[in-house]
Amino acid sequence: MSQIAFLGAIEVGLLFALVALGVYLSFRVLQFPDLTVDGSFPLGAAVCASLIVVEVNPYLASLAAALAGACAGMVTAWLNVRLKILHLLASILTMIALYSINLRIMGRPNIALLGETTVFSPLENLDMPTYIALPIALFVLVIVVKLALDWFLNSEVGLAMRATGVNPRMARAQGIHTNRYILGGMALSNALVALAGALFAQSQGAADVTLGVGVIVVGLAAVIGGEAVMTTATVFRATLACIIGSILYRLAVAGALNADMLGLKAQDLNLITAVLVTLAMVLPGVRMPFRGKRKGGMTS
Amino acid sequence: MIAKRMGFAAMAAAVSLGFSTLSVAADKHVAITQIVEHPALDAVRKGVKDVLAEAGYVEGKSLKWSYESAQGNTATAAQIAKKFVGDAPDVIVAIATPSAQTVVASTKTIPVVFSAITDPIGAKLVSNTAHPGKNVTGFTDLSPIAAHMALVKRVMPTAKRLGVISNPGEVNSVSLVTLIEAEAPKAGMSVVLAAATKSGEVLAAARSLVGKVDAIYIPTDNTVISAFEAVVKVGNEADIPVLAGDTDSVKRGAVAAAGFNYYDIGRQTGQMVVKILKGANPGDMAVEGNAMTDLYLNMKSAKAQGVTFSDALISEAKDIIR
Repeated sequence: MSQIAFLGAIEVGLLFALVALGVYLSFRVLQFPDLTVDGSFPLGAAVCASLIVVEVNPYLASLAAALAGACAGMVTAWLNVRLKILHLLASILTMIALYSINLRIMGRPNIALLGETTVFSPLENLDMPTYIALPIALFVLVIVVKLALDWFLNSEVGLAMRATGVNPRMARAQGIHTNRYILGGMALSNALVALAGALFAQSQGAADVTLGVGVIVVGLAAVIGGEAVMTTATVFRATLACIIGSILYRLAVAGALNADMLGLKAQDLNLITAVLVTLAMVLPGVRMPFRGKRKGGMTS
Repeated sequence: MIAKRMGFAAMAAAVSLGFSTLSVAADKHVAITQIVEHPALDAVRKGVKDVLAEAGYVEGKSLKWSYESAQGNTATAAQIAKKFVGDAPDVIVAIATPSAQTVVASTKTIPVVFSAITDPIGAKLVSNTAHPGKNVTGFTDLSPIAAHMALVKRVMPTAKRLGVISNPGEVNSVSLVTLIEAEAPKAGMSVVLAAATKSGEVLAAARSLVGKVDAIYIPTDNTVISAFEAVVKVGNEADIPVLAGDTDSVKRGAVAAAGFNYYDIGRQTGQMVVKILKGANPGDMAVEGNAMTDLYLNMKSAKAQGVTFSDALISEAKDIIR
């Protein structure tokens, strides 16, 4: 694997770490299986790209993308808590609606950002090549987001949100308005995902309506894969696991792309990725048959 | 805790499986990527490869040929672009818009040849088609829509309303539909649009046109072409002639098409790649488009869909499927 391919995997892994953090919030903290992300990721890209091409400041455009994602998350939560639609179906409804909405926002299926000023443009003026500068910038951003999220989840509001996910009935008995926390948590989750979409579009040169395909699968694989390779007893470790899981997933894809010496071909890519991720999760158990009962990595 | 650490090691070991690459002693290296496996895109790739072989660049001998498909996932496309840039081949060929955009975003130095892109300026791959200037050039698959509209009238002179099925999520199709809406009225037809966002929705989209249109035209839309048989089925049932933007679809049941096939697009893309391998600068090479408009007819479908071809049309046909 070349250095550029390796750093490219880290770069995409860090971008999807934001998705993983969002998915961790919905799936693990709120126990809300949320498929909205397949729509809110391209939504973030669409909003950001549409604003950038009309010369809006890229930082503002990225912020607007995150706000749009928050709205999408609130729609899903609202369908669930107000209209009493099953959470999974509520998120599917928002996801498919967002496909049309994203087309409306962009006015066409693809907006190219090649050559536009983006939040990453200042990196081009540095002495180091962008393929090194970009992962470093993203690393700083992801760590800041992670620490902010850790702080939030340990604050009083965050604790109430975690209680809502773990035991809603008990939370309500303690005077917690669980519906509000579901709305807020889902908004925050999808804001992170949409921000990831906005940054992805800016770093990869285009927003495309098909960007959302399989985002939830990758996000879940990162969350669960991260839990498989490290203990997640505290929020600090759980969010760290999301980031590590996301990067490992991308390294697996990069490894699969370089698997041609085994006689494997391009069409085997997704299979190899799945096998690499499975191996990483199962091998520790095979090597340690004498170890005690495996503790589930479900702590939120 | 130790077990969890072992997880890291296992993952690292699993990943390192893919680290070493097979190196072929080769003079030239061409890396090709496409967004998804699809008959039209696969045909382009085959065309490129065949032309390279004819020019003496044979895989495994004088050519290292790397091929990756993103299997429909744009994030994977981004990683493929990074891998190719890291491998530093002589030319990167990118088929379809998302793949081409990620490649162009990843390199400003390695020559890039795109293919099967309808609107390369809209996709910001090049700033002008006559003299792209940078490291990028390529081949567009823009259909000669005016000629296609004329063909609809020749096959079905009484046609007043033309049905068009496309995926509003495909950037190429949106460009084509805009052109159709401009050109069809000049040929005396109004346009009725039907959308299919997945190939599973094509049958329903085709059925929605029954009774509203006199003929159906299918542009080079990846989604609709994937389920082309569904459109033919509706055409046969309701006696509506189905015309297509690419000639491959005539074998699959369209009555007629005057266009290109994707294999030829691949061949012409391949010729551009050969020029670059021989030292041409992509910035000096104009973006090329298809000039070939061979007419293909299908007699069986004509009967099933209730049209008779004029003798003039039959004499012009390059190939007639019976």
